Amino acid sequence: MVVNAASYSYAGAAQPSLRGLSLELAPGRVVGVVGPNESGKSTLCLVVAGRAPGVIGGRLEGSVRIDGVETASMRPHELAQRCGLLFQNAATQLSNTTATVFEEVAFGPCNLGLPVAEVVARAWQALRAVGIESLASRDPARISGGQGQLVALASVMALRPSYLVLDEPTSELDPAGTRLVAGVLSRIARETRAGVLIVEHKTDVLAQIADEIVVLERGAVALSGPATAVLGDPRLAKLGVEPPAPVRLERAVRTSGLEWSAALAEAIE
Amino acid sequence: MVGAIVAFGLRGWSGPTLVFVAVVLSGAMAGALRRMALFALATIPLVISILLVNTFLYPNARDAIVTVGPLSPTWTGATAALQATLRVVAFGLSAAVFALTTPIDDLLTELERCGLGRRGAFVVAAALGAIPRTVERSREVVDAQRARALDTEGRPWRRLKGLVPLVGPVVFGALGEVEERTMALEARAFTAPGRRTLLRRLPDSGRQRLSRWALLIGSICLVAASLAGAVKLP
Repeated sequence: MVVNAASYSYAGAAQPSLRGLSLELAPGRVVGVVGPNESGKSTLCLVVAGRAPGVIGGRLEGSVRIDGVETASMRPHELAQRCGLLFQNAATQLSNTTATVFEEVAFGPCNLGLPVAEVVARAWQALRAVGIESLASRDPARISGGQGQLVALASVMALRPSYLVLDEPTSELDPAGTRLVAGVLSRIARETRAGVLIVEHKTDVLAQIADEIVVLERGAVALSGPATAVLGDPRLAKLGVEPPAPVRLERAVRTSGLEWSAALAEAIE
Repeated sequence: MVGAIVAFGLRGWSGPTLVFVAVVLSGAMAGALRRMALFALATIPLVISILLVNTFLYPNARDAIVTVGPLSPTWTGATAALQATLRVVAFGLSAAVFALTTPIDDLLTELERCGLGRRGAFVVAAALGAIPRTVERSREVVDAQRARALDTEGRPWRRLKGLVPLVGPVVFGALGEVEERTMALEARAFTAPGRRTLLRRLPDSGRQRLSRWALLIGSICLVAASLAGAVKLP
């Protein structure tokens, strides 16, 4: 997935929400996106997933290509099979029309009109990939927020997209739910070779799963690079992003004049 | 549908009685009699108005049961009222049996299999699925407004006034979700061309299909024959 000099303005907006933004996402890699509020993170998700301007209108300059094809030229169902999109609110992701989690996950493949055997195989594979086979017979309306987010993720994955774009998937989850989703995302990128772009305020989550980090400020890339380097960069806090706990702890230890040892860092890891 | 055709289409007692008996037997077989009673209770306001209007105001009826001042209930009116009541209750219970014994997703699967488009089926299913969510959202909004000292308890007028600040958040909140829901549906290839795959195949033998059609066609013929005067029913 290649985003090249993308600038995007919402319909009627005086200022662009993204300004000349470029980034690349390779299969099997996880790119984390952070930044203060109004920095363009959610807009970036909509643009790279082809929903802006496709669904919500507005004006896009520059290009977004998935596997060499411009997203603007793809129809929504074609796009869905190349790039999955997940929002923060699990409740709005689910169709609300199915009696079981299995049918919910199979909803996408059913929409493609695939043979029943193929639909069933895809649904089970997605459930297994996300580790929620045990929920298959449960009512989607009666599961927890964390489980709901995993069901939404499996539902998107059942379409077997090469890339996943996730807009704050853990923002409404408690620490246990956050750990659950973060672990699954990390495994998905490793095992399915899907490229994952994840917008996330929780830098501790990104420290666990991201290979690279992009920091946005007012719609432009302020900082980018390998996750360890960017999350340890002293400029991060000035950009309105809280560094992960180990980085803060290391700084606190050093500031207080104590020695930061490799053994201590390893123990924290 | 057959219940409605027979209950309202056949004159006299036969149609509604037939439907009533069939519906009660079906309900008993499905173990839904107790829940059906709740549906029957819902028809009470309509039944009361039917009984009063027909018994006291039946046009041109002169066979008074009793005359008390200006009120003069008639036997003709009372008979018509009881027949109409039986029709309403029979139809109401047939709808109840249908609702209580048919899971909505089974119904929609069958409708989709019969040619109802994916959008039509989705609209119906999503509307039904949205009801509990809207109720839950309303509760959240009520709790939030109460936390800010809005009085939603007490006298009816107070409750009514308390409703006004609740309507906005519930309605606009639901509308605000529409865009996200639309994108979520598109992310799941909802707009793909062609027919959807239907995972469920409900048991439906040739004999069942034949019985359904025979029942429908037989009911229509019976009603037509009764209306034309070819068949005399009590």
